[in-house]
Amino acid sequence: MLETLIGEIVIFVLAVFVGFEVITKVPPTLHTPLMSGSNAISGITVIGAMVVAGEGHSGLGAVLGILAVAFAMTNIVGGFMVTDRMLQMFRKEKDGPRK
Amino acid sequence: MTALVDLAYLVAAVFFIVGLKRLSSPATARNGNLLAALGMLIAIAVTLLDQRIIGFGGIFAGLVLGSLAGAVLARTIKMTAMPQMVALLNGFGGAASVLVAGAEFLRLSEVGGSTIDVAVSVQFSILVGAVTFSGSLVAFGKLQELVSGQPVTYPLQKPLNALLLLAILTTAGYLIVTDPGSAATGVLSGVFGSGVLTPLVVLVLLSLVLGVLSVIPIGGADMPVVISLLNSYSGIAAASTGFVIDNDGLIISGALVGASGLILTQIMCKAMNRSLSNVLFGAFGATASGGGQAGLEASGGGGTVRQVSAEDAAIVLAYAREAVIVPGYGLAVSQAQHAVRELANQLESRGVNVRYAIHPVAGRMPGHMNVLLAEADVPYDQLWEMDRINPDFEHVDVVLVIGANDVVNPAARNNKSSPIYGMPILDVDRAQQVIVMKRSMNFGFAGIDNELFYNTNTSMLFGDAKASLNKLIAEVKEA
Repeated sequence: MLETLIGEIVIFVLAVFVGFEVITKVPPTLHTPLMSGSNAISGITVIGAMVVAGEGHSGLGAVLGILAVAFAMTNIVGGFMVTDRMLQMFRKEKDGPRK
Repeated sequence: MTALVDLAYLVAAVFFIVGLKRLSSPATARNGNLLAALGMLIAIAVTLLDQRIIGFGGIFAGLVLGSLAGAVLARTIKMTAMPQMVALLNGFGGAASVLVAGAEFLRLSEVGGSTIDVAVSVQFSILVGAVTFSGSLVAFGKLQELVSGQPVTYPLQKPLNALLLLAILTTAGYLIVTDPGSAATGVLSGVFGSGVLTPLVVLVLLSLVLGVLSVIPIGGADMPVVISLLNSYSGIAAASTGFVIDNDGLIISGALVGASGLILTQIMCKAMNRSLSNVLFGAFGATASGGGQAGLEASGGGGTVRQVSAEDAAIVLAYAREAVIVPGYGLAVSQAQHAVRELANQLESRGVNVRYAIHPVAGRMPGHMNVLLAEADVPYDQLWEMDRINPDFEHVDVVLVIGANDVVNPAARNNKSSPIYGMPILDVDRAQQVIVMKRSMNFGFAGIDNELFYNTNTSMLFGDAKASLNKLIAEVKEA
């Protein structure tokens, strides 16, 4: 069991470094879409929620699972859609470069 | 089959990373977001193959419900309300983590066989998830102005929070050492009785309270930091859920988001020249009443301000060569982004070179102004970051400050006793002329006077930003 935990911690730490590398390259102009987009990614909790909701719990466990799926899914769909809505508005100067 | 599912999660994680990488330029960003969404779709689809899942009814109910809610939110939200939206979604992410961890805990306590590492992950997940959830709801309330945006302070703030944290750790520790399923043991069993449901509920409630108490003392202007931090928390909550259910996909994704939120938090703190602990515990601006004409009355240190009419301001703008617009939160409040764009169009058609100077903490979340201006169809290459435009200000004929205050206060540069001393600002006072559009002489969020307003090259145009802009547009047309 401990080996699993260590392995997971290794993955976590390495992923944090990947995150730092990737995110520091995002320009400030895209920081709001970055937040809403990464927010949608954190909705990945839906995977855990789906397992819990589908495991055949009775009563409280099942209710918690379904609620969790709904919350995470709101996060995912809302996050990705609103990010797309924002990003489609970003455009470059259309009438050519200007000095 | 399990191996295949795990590989699919890895693919999803790679899609997330590549998607985030494409956010490094506005040109590829939209594609990157779609890629990340595709990764999510893969992850959800393969989860349906998970052998532990025996019933699909509940899953689909949740998926449909959440998708609908998310779609409605995403389509109807105003761009000015984006900080609220992100705060709310952060909170939902936290809620999902609490619920998953709670359900998993209940399952483990039924079937037994929990190990110490899973038990710790479960409790941690509940704590982080609940703090994220309630903290985000308070942030949402403040941004939506359902709760006072002023910092709410209470006596013994720090000791009380420390005590609360201690109570949380004790309860969590109790839940960890109590072998689920067996009779409750230890001293605390007298408090909680037998069974695990009561202490579990207590843990959730205490964590929720901690979330509320952590965000309530933080003022409206510090919201960019808080949202970024909660963003980070929501990632950590997702990662901790990954530890609970032993899923590397969740751990990687959560770590990415956690890192992202942390970086943004750092950037925001740096842009305000404050430490994170100062933001979290400082209750900055708590003494600021920001009332009425306080600025004018307290003009002893500043001198007099010059008012300008829309007509005169329009002439200055219309005959400038280089103009810079500095948008602040006031622009968002009065939904004036389209009016700004129209004014800029008018000026450009007269040959004025118009640029926008964006301070990192302008607005209520990182990058908020950029999104608002993009909505008004302002090309992103006209938006200049602080460090890039500051050396240019001395060559600028006129700066139009719209609803920004502290981020253009020269006191940050030259008044050592000022609370904002050291904060990086836009050096608009170095321009030939400055026109400040403001509703009144109210103080900014920092609750301090702005010496820029008393400079000889500054003139004030009072009124609602949108109304004033419309007047300017009309006058520029005639000029």
